[in-house]
Amino acid sequence: MRRTILTLIGVAVAGFAMAQSPEEKGLEIAKAADKYDEGFGSSSTKLTMILTNKQGQESTRYMSNQTLELTTDGDKSLIVFNSPRDVKGTATLTYTHKEGSDDQWLYLPAVKRVKRISSDNKSGPFMGSEFAYEDLSSQEVEKYTYKFIKEEAINGVDTYVIERDPVDPKSGYARQLVWYNKENYRLEKMEFYDRKNALLKTLEYSNYNVYKEKHWRAGEMNMVNHQTGKKTKLIFEDYDFGLDLTADDFSQNSLRRASR
Amino acid sequence: MIPKSNPNWWRSIFSISLLFLLGFSGIAQNSNGTYTEFSGYIGFDYRQFFNDGLYTGQKTSYPSFVVQPEFLHEWNNGDDRLKFIGFGRFDRDSRRTHFDVRELYYQKVKGNWELSIGLKKIFWGVTESVHLVDIINQTDFVESFDGEEKLGQPMVQFSYTTGIGTFDLFYLPYFRKRVFPGSRGRLRTPFIIGESDVAFESQAEETRPSFGARWSTYTGPFDIGLSYFSGTGREPFFRTVNNGDFQLFYGVIDQVGLDVQATTGPMLWKVETIVRKSDFQDMWAIAAGFEYSFYNIAESGLDIGVVAEYLHDDRGLLSFSSLDNDVFAGARFAFNDTQSTEFLVGGIFDLEKSTTLWSIEGSRRFGNSWKGEIEMRLFDNVDPREFLNFVREDSFLQISLNKYF
Repeated sequence: MRRTILTLIGVAVAGFAMAQSPEEKGLEIAKAADKYDEGFGSSSTKLTMILTNKQGQESTRYMSNQTLELTTDGDKSLIVFNSPRDVKGTATLTYTHKEGSDDQWLYLPAVKRVKRISSDNKSGPFMGSEFAYEDLSSQEVEKYTYKFIKEEAINGVDTYVIERDPVDPKSGYARQLVWYNKENYRLEKMEFYDRKNALLKTLEYSNYNVYKEKHWRAGEMNMVNHQTGKKTKLIFEDYDFGLDLTADDFSQNSLRRASR
Repeated sequence: MIPKSNPNWWRSIFSISLLFLLGFSGIAQNSNGTYTEFSGYIGFDYRQFFNDGLYTGQKTSYPSFVVQPEFLHEWNNGDDRLKFIGFGRFDRDSRRTHFDVRELYYQKVKGNWELSIGLKKIFWGVTESVHLVDIINQTDFVESFDGEEKLGQPMVQFSYTTGIGTFDLFYLPYFRKRVFPGSRGRLRTPFIIGESDVAFESQAEETRPSFGARWSTYTGPFDIGLSYFSGTGREPFFRTVNNGDFQLFYGVIDQVGLDVQATTGPMLWKVETIVRKSDFQDMWAIAAGFEYSFYNIAESGLDIGVVAEYLHDDRGLLSFSSLDNDVFAGARFAFNDTQSTEFLVGGIFDLEKSTTLWSIEGSRRFGNSWKGEIEMRLFDNVDPREFLNFVREDSFLQISLNKYF
């Protein structure tokens, strides 16, 4: 009798688990991925961006980035351009919010001016690249709705494939497909579908390194635009998780100073 | 102390730094927390005026050579830094041929405060067409007619960031006079303003110290700045002396300024206002308007920003800028392409008089380190009562090519 009850409960639990909708499972994986990377504190890195046009001509830009993790709200980040040389010292400070618009300031070194700018420009190209502003902003769980699609093995790793739809109507995408590594939730690949739901871009992550034991960061991100044939490669170097940055390092004065 | 406009002194600093720039341009970052960088640009401008000048000696075409060397040295992981920016221009007008130390300062940073000592450039404000609250630096008037270029200002600046905003305090021990074009120059008055045509209210003249303070903060969509300045006003006042000659007069002023921007989606609302008190003239002025942006139009990457600002200055015809009751309307086109192609087209329209000022500015990068720029200014139907009447024939087109290091 007792065994029967336990069996029944077991069946019920299994049934409940199976009843989890694809939306619930998708959200669960997105939350698990967010949770997995929690606790990195702050980081800094150098970036090289290589733009390739349809004819195969390349141009290269250098930047640096600092990020401060916040758990109650979205992350804070500071990006400084070092090249092309005419925009050297131009810098942006972004306070991401889990809900609502992000706050963003731009520093223009020639006129020494800090300017609050609209963060409405989601879909526009970042520095003439194939990355849109929204592709590079802090990926907060609340910014999308999710749907689990399938499990798949790509490039020799097992992944969860999740579809996510941007909540913000100003997004340039109808949806995105995201390949999460099953073991450590790092991103392996993304596909971006435009407003007409046609495949626009594919992003592949490679050269992963792990920092502070569990924080995986790609050393290279390759974005290919299928509609224009243009490509952008981002190379991340000199990751540093040991700087112990604080809110003081993300003030408007810090923005001015970061511009060197 | 800074020598009184001694061109040879500037020139020698300048030549040395230019040698450094050309010889050692580059970056050195060391693991011991130091960072050293030489950078800057050299460029060539060609300015063509459409009409002959009103005054003897003026030309119609002005080729010009410009150079801006920069040097930065940081140590203690950036908590200490030494920054230098020089500037030089060689022009057909002997006054426009000028050299300046835009910045040369030491800065110490500790957590939420910073201290800077030396020559520096500070910008305050939010509007695009005029910069009313921006008062720390003297305008480099020979360099640009729109007042966007500034001379380096000697200062001690203390900045303290708290939970309720940033507090800045300025001690400004030395005043720098505005430089006006010489006899061969355009965009000038009929009379040439020389050393002897300048007078100060303060007996101490340039050595009378000025003080500045600013509180700036942001909350939700608002960015707010409240500022105070006490000392010799940067904007001169034209007056006639006994023999009928014009004189430039720098008075001692107290000025309170407020600037607010509200950022709501693609719309930026902006307002700047100042109240200025002195023994010879009280005034107030306001600039208020908006900037609305259309982003990534038709998925082409093109952004178009529409800007409109109303400008009022209660000095009326006495205002130096002639922007007493005017509207600025303009459009900014940013293509967001690999070459960062941009255009700004605008006009300032006087609401009571016929005066209209048109301007077109554009820029585009070539390769990785060259940049081409074009600038056009048109003075249209200038009302004879306005100060701008002096420059009514000075519409011009300028092309520039700069090489960045």
